[in-house]
Amino acid sequence: MGDQAIAGNGRILLKHGAGGRAMRDLIRQIFLSDADAPLSDMIGPGAMDDGAALRLGDQWLVITTDSYVIQPPFFPGGDIGRLAIAGTVNDLAMMGATEPLALTCAVVIEEGFARRDLERIQESMRAACRQAGVAVVTGDTKVMGRGELDGIIINTAGVAFTREVITDRGLKPGDRIVVTGTIGDHGLAVMACRHDLGLDTPLCSDVAPLNSMVRVVLEGADGAVSAMKDPTRGGLASALHEMAEKSGVGIELDQAAIPLRQETLAVSELLGIDPLLAANEGKAVLGVRAEAAAEVVAALRGHPLGMQAAVIGTCVAERPGVIVLDTGFGRRILNEPEGEPLPRIC
Amino acid sequence: MVERTASSGGLRFQDPSTARMMSALLAKRVREIGRAPVSVMHVCGSHEQAIAKYGLRAVFPRELDVIMGPGCPVCVTDMPEVDEAVALAQQGKRILTYGDMLRVPGTAKSLADAKAEGASVDVVYSVAQAVRIAQESSEECVFFASGFETTAIATAAVIKAGTPANFSVLSAHKYIPPVMEIVAEMPEARVEGFLAAGHAATVTGWGIFERFVQRHQLPVVVAGFEPLDILAGLVRLVELIRGRRAEVANMYPRCVTREGNRNAQRLLWHVFKLVGGRWRGIAHVPNGNLRLRDEYAHVDARRRFRIDVERLWDLAAPSLAQSCICGEIMAGIASPDRCSLFGRQCVPDSPVGACMVSSEGTCRIWHEYGGRFDLGGS
Repeated sequence: MGDQAIAGNGRILLKHGAGGRAMRDLIRQIFLSDADAPLSDMIGPGAMDDGAALRLGDQWLVITTDSYVIQPPFFPGGDIGRLAIAGTVNDLAMMGATEPLALTCAVVIEEGFARRDLERIQESMRAACRQAGVAVVTGDTKVMGRGELDGIIINTAGVAFTREVITDRGLKPGDRIVVTGTIGDHGLAVMACRHDLGLDTPLCSDVAPLNSMVRVVLEGADGAVSAMKDPTRGGLASALHEMAEKSGVGIELDQAAIPLRQETLAVSELLGIDPLLAANEGKAVLGVRAEAAAEVVAALRGHPLGMQAAVIGTCVAERPGVIVLDTGFGRRILNEPEGEPLPRIC
Repeated sequence: MVERTASSGGLRFQDPSTARMMSALLAKRVREIGRAPVSVMHVCGSHEQAIAKYGLRAVFPRELDVIMGPGCPVCVTDMPEVDEAVALAQQGKRILTYGDMLRVPGTAKSLADAKAEGASVDVVYSVAQAVRIAQESSEECVFFASGFETTAIATAAVIKAGTPANFSVLSAHKYIPPVMEIVAEMPEARVEGFLAAGHAATVTGWGIFERFVQRHQLPVVVAGFEPLDILAGLVRLVELIRGRRAEVANMYPRCVTREGNRNAQRLLWHVFKLVGGRWRGIAHVPNGNLRLRDEYAHVDARRRFRIDVERLWDLAAPSLAQSCICGEIMAGIASPDRCSLFGRQCVPDSPVGACMVSSEGTCRIWHEYGGRFDLGGS
C-alpha cells in the first residue's frame, strides 16, 4: 500500500509531510536503508522516535533536528520563531532529555521578507530560549529569490544528555494514558486564522517549551513514565497510534476525560476538523504505570503548563495498534488522519 | 403532519444519559416489530458523520440496519465532472474548490494530481472567498461548486449579487429529492423508511416529502445532527414503520417548517435549473443536477470555455475502479466490508472509489471510525 502511495504517480504530495502513515512510509522507503545497521548502543532512525540517542559512557546523548514552515508565520499565541525553539526542545524532552545543552539554528529567507518581521522572530526565539534554559550556539543564514520559497524556513537542532531514555514503545497493558493539558489548540488556532476565514475567536496556539514540566514529572516519579511523545502534526490520534503500534498494545480512550477548550471545540465544529487530529505544540502524551498515575497527574498540575493534565485512557492487550474511543454515546475507532485535515463542505 | 414530542425541544442535544435512554427505547421499538433486519436509510453525509463521530453504530440494535444512501455530494460527483475541472486546470485556469473535492478521482486523475503537476488549484471555505480571490487576481478563476441544495444556495446568492469578470462557476451541485425516488424504486433496495437531512429541509421545508410518501408508501422523518436528534429521529421512524404509517414526521422543529425558507428557494431557482445527469455509481438521475440558467451563461464555465476533456480520457488506464462497488454501497445494497478493495487497495491515502475520498463518504467513514467492528465495552 505504501509503495503504491508513493509510486502511484511518482510525485511527493503534501500528505507525505503530514506526519501520518504516508510520511512514515516515505521515510522508510527513501531515507532508511538496510545499510543503516542498528548500532547496539543507539536509538537510531529506524526507531522513528522524536530524536536519536547515542550511548556515551553511563549517559545518553540525545540529538534531534526539525525544519519549521508555517503559514501564517505569526499566529495567535506565537510565531515561527517560538515554534522552532519549543519544537526542538520538546523533541529532546520527549526522549527524557530535559536539560538541553545547546541548539543550532539555520534560517532560509525569501528575498523581500520584512526586516522587522525577522527581528520579531528573533526576539521571540530568544524569549523561548530563556524559558527553556538554552541558547542557540551556532547558525546559518541564506536568502533565496522571491518566489523560491514562501517567506521563511527555520531549521533548529538540539543536543542534550540524559541518564534514562524514554521512547515511544514502552507502553504495557494496564498503563494509563495521560495528557498534559487541552488538546488541538495549536492546529485549530492556526487553521482559524489561515485562509481568511474571518473568525473572531480567542483561541490561541499552545506553543511552549515543555522541558521544565517534563523534568518535574521524571524527577518526581522514578520509572513511572513508560512512554512519551508530543502530539504535533497528526494530533493526539497520530501520537497514540505510533505509541500503540510500536508498543504492541491497544488503547481505550474516554472522550469525556480529554481536556478541550470551549473555543477549540467551537472552531473544530465550524471547520469540521476533529480536535483529536489537530496539532499541539505545547502538550505531551505520557504512558504511566497505573499505580503512579495519580501522582504524575498531581505533579503535572503543579506546573503552570500542566494545570489541566488528566488521565484519558488505558492500555489493553486486546487489539494491538487500535485506539477505541468511548464517546459517551457509543464506541468507535479513532483512526490516524491521512494527509492534511481538510475542512468538510457542509 | 408535524410530530412534536417531548424529547425534541428544550433539551441539551448532546446529553449522554438521555442518549442511553433513547438507545434503549430504540432497541425496544425495533424488537416490537418482531423481525430482522428492519432497514432504514439516511441520505446525508452529515448524518453518517455524526453517527460515526459519536460511535452510535455500537449502540444501534442488531436488528436495525441504518444504511447510508447517496448523501455525500462529493461521492456522487461523476468522473466526467471531475475531468472538466482537471481539464480547465490544465488549460491554465485557476480552480477554486472545497477541500474534499481535491482527491476525488476523475477518469485519469484528480485535482490533487493536477496540482502536484503544477496546475493552479486552491482550497476555499466558501464561494464568497472564491470571489474575493478572483477580485484580487488577474487570472481566470473557476469555482468548482459541489454540494446539495444547502450549499447551492450560497453559490446562487453570490452569482445573483454579481461576480467579477474573471470569475465563473463549474457547477457539480446536485438536488436530493429526485434520487430518493430512484433508491425507493430500485428492485434490490429493501429500505422501509428514510431519515431526511434536517439542514436541507430548512431550505425545502418538510412538505416536499409529502408527495414522495404518498407515492412510495414509505415514512420519512426529518432529523437534525446532534446525537439525540438522530436517535429521536430513528425512534420515530421505527414507530412509523411498526404502525405501517406512511407519513412525514418533523423531528427537527427547532429549525424546519413545512414551507421551508421561501427566500432561499426563490434564490435557488432564480439562478439554477434542474437537468438530468449521472450520479457516480448510482444511475442517471432525472432532475438530479443543478445547472446555471441561461441568464447566467456568462458565469457558467461550461459555456464560457471550451473544456477539452477527451485528451484526459486517452490517458486513463484500465483501473481498479471496475471492481469498486461504490454504487451498491451508496444505494444501500452493500456495505463497505463487502468490497474486495476496501482497506486494501482502496484506502484514504490512495482512494479507488469516491466513497473513500470525502469525509462524508461511507467507505471513508467506515475506514476512519471502524464501521461495525465489535469494539467490546458495554
